[in-house]
Amino acid sequence: MSDSKDIYYIPHGTKWPIVGSIGMFLLMVGASNWLNGSDSAQYMLYAGLLILIFMMFGWFGLVIRESQQGMYNAQVDVSFRMGMVWFIFSEVMFFAVFFGVLLYTRMLVMPWLGGEGVGIATGQYLWSGFEAVWPNNGPANLGGDFDIIPAFDVPLLNTLILLTSGFTLTMAHWALNKGNQRKLVMWMVATVLLGIAFLFYQVEEYIHAYTELGLTMGSGIYGSTFFMLTGFHGFHVTLGTIMLIVIAVRCAKGHFSKENHFAFEGVAWYWHFVDVVWLALFVFVYVV
Amino acid sequence: MTTTTHEDHNEEDHHDHKPQGFLNRWVYSTNHKDIGTLYLVFALLMFFIGGAMAMIIRAELFMPGMQLVQPEFFNQMTTVHALVMVFGAVMPAFVGFANWMIPLMIGAPDMALPRMNNWSFWILPFAFTMLVSTLFMDGGAPAGGWTLYPPLVLQTGDSFIFAMFAIHMLGISSIMGAINVIATILNMRAPGMTLLRMPLFVWTWLITAFLLIAVMPVLAGAVTMLITDRFFLTSFFNAAGGGDPVLFQHIFWFFGHPEVYIMILPAFGIISEIIPTFARKPLFGYTSMVYATASIAFLSFIVWAHHMFTVGMPLGAEIYFMLATMMISIPTGVKVFNWIATMWRGSMTFETPMLFALGFVVLFTIGGFSGLMLAIVPADFQYHDTYFVVAHFHYVLVTGSVFALMAGTYYWLPKWTGHMYNERLGKWHFWLSVVFVNVLFFPQHYLGLAGMPRRIPDYSPQFADFNMLSSIGGFAFGLTQLMFVYIVWKCARGGETATAQVWEGAKGLEWTVPSPAPFHTFETPPKIDDSVVAHGDHM
Repeated sequence: MSDSKDIYYIPHGTKWPIVGSIGMFLLMVGASNWLNGSDSAQYMLYAGLLILIFMMFGWFGLVIRESQQGMYNAQVDVSFRMGMVWFIFSEVMFFAVFFGVLLYTRMLVMPWLGGEGVGIATGQYLWSGFEAVWPNNGPANLGGDFDIIPAFDVPLLNTLILLTSGFTLTMAHWALNKGNQRKLVMWMVATVLLGIAFLFYQVEEYIHAYTELGLTMGSGIYGSTFFMLTGFHGFHVTLGTIMLIVIAVRCAKGHFSKENHFAFEGVAWYWHFVDVVWLALFVFVYVV
Repeated sequence: MTTTTHEDHNEEDHHDHKPQGFLNRWVYSTNHKDIGTLYLVFALLMFFIGGAMAMIIRAELFMPGMQLVQPEFFNQMTTVHALVMVFGAVMPAFVGFANWMIPLMIGAPDMALPRMNNWSFWILPFAFTMLVSTLFMDGGAPAGGWTLYPPLVLQTGDSFIFAMFAIHMLGISSIMGAINVIATILNMRAPGMTLLRMPLFVWTWLITAFLLIAVMPVLAGAVTMLITDRFFLTSFFNAAGGGDPVLFQHIFWFFGHPEVYIMILPAFGIISEIIPTFARKPLFGYTSMVYATASIAFLSFIVWAHHMFTVGMPLGAEIYFMLATMMISIPTGVKVFNWIATMWRGSMTFETPMLFALGFVVLFTIGGFSGLMLAIVPADFQYHDTYFVVAHFHYVLVTGSVFALMAGTYYWLPKWTGHMYNERLGKWHFWLSVVFVNVLFFPQHYLGLAGMPRRIPDYSPQFADFNMLSSIGGFAFGLTQLMFVYIVWKCARGGETATAQVWEGAKGLEWTVPSPAPFHTFETPPKIDDSVVAHGDHM
């Protein structure tokens, strides 16, 4: 890695972006037609997904090779870092929407539907018997009666799992900085396993909710917010775990040095972000 | 055409390693100038597609009664016209300017993340293929308005999900583009190009990029909830399940208000480059312009509900949003004042870019004033959803954003092509545009004040005269824009050779490189010399 700021680095052109666009296009058109009722369209969706995965292997592979050849200078490293930070900021805003929805419905919509404030006519004439208590599936009792998942049960366990994974990841970072290859890989494997354990328990909870508690996405606003928040979080944990696996493999191959390990740090930032989102989820979705 | 331009190039630039072949040059590109050109050409194409829809709207409204199209199709036109113009024309056009000019203005060799830059662009044609294809589907294109309010939008036919996914793709493209702009400005400035020496266009884009990253995910969240409400049984916007359709409006406008500033802040930047050049004076109040831009961006996050005064909010919320909205006129007033003060006792000339910039200052200010009227809650109860609103946002978007885009195009076209455009035709383009755009939109103020609702294909006979006038203005304005294509096309093919500085009063790094700008510029960082920098502390 050269620290010269005098010579700029511009990467050569590549086919990967256009491959990605084609993959995304097939994925989206396939998904659209499938949702509109055409069963054969799912194959278009799968094709798009495969092309996107192919694109990621190709594009990331290219960048990793160039990085290993020492083509990136310190300035490129900073650009990558800024890119990752601002990407995570966009993710924060994405989750903020759903937290906002949860707070808005609990603090405002519920009381209004119950007849408070500007909702006085609603309460009197439309749904007079409605009790605005949380959890709630609305005046029409959409999805039928349901039970909720208690916070201090598996969700607490999952909280501890994710917090521990943040710790093991930091230990891996220390090992990397000390140049201890064996410990680095060990802590990375531990982090990946914790991520997988979290996902395992999350899937168990979903099955439990659907089959025994009667809690589904159709369970009114509670089911909507619960599954949207935990679902998108679980999706991000899945992505994060895949990213961690890639990084663990690259650690084992000795790709990173104390001075040069942006990819490791980028994924670590992402993992901590997913961790923090879960803490907010645990408090606002499960506990409060 | 290419042979002549190539010979011109070779004089000045021996390192011109353009990739050979269409795929290599344009599709796999990592060159900020080529990607900028792609954005600009794409935006121009979308401008005419969206414009054609506007022509259909104005043709139907030429007379009272139903004559040309079905009401359902009329609604599709208003909806898709808006989506195409916002996401396909204005936003990509500004990103095209950012691509071309930001590296040249800060002395960088390219954007910070050139491959991602390529992807940001190449998502757009696919997304718009999806969106525009909905016109040919069962039930037609989305017809519930570009604001996508549920429950109406949930009744859209097959096209619903295509439009939603198209918006998701546009969001991905915008976020990547914005990340690139921020990383470029913060990381790629030549040594000595301090933040408070950056051209104002760069400053406005830095703040715009922040707005984009902050609010495009919010739109994505809103669209995702629409999709799950439609297909996966959720009840976010369904009161029977404990949700609330008004919640969608809050989320949409939390995106939507910063979005309108995303479309105007870079316009402020362009105007702030042009006026000093043709007034031959430094920009008046440079730092106050920077702070005003930041203030406008901050305020844009806390005023959203002025779009929904009539929806039934608590009184306290109405008063708060009214007052917060009015505060925006303070930093905006600072800007208009500074532009005028820049011209004060300047030695002015009136080439086409300056004409469009002056048109911008006057007409955008009119749009600002009608916005101030709309901010007043009791007045808005009367104006809401009338043609007054249509007139207002077309003054800020057409005579605001689009005029700035025209101004910027004429201003930098010699730098891009190496040729001067035809000044006489450019002036004709301006005068025809400025006359007919007012014939088109000014009567709509009166229509709105008299109570004509927007998004309705038929109207009561008392609105006939103003509508006919508006339609005539619309057709003429639309035709006039064909001149723009002709002028740009001719300029790209040839014309009087442009000097490096192009304009006598022009300052800034982009004028230190030859015209046309070589394929690669600033491969080693330029020396920043106070005499070439447009703005800054040294003034």
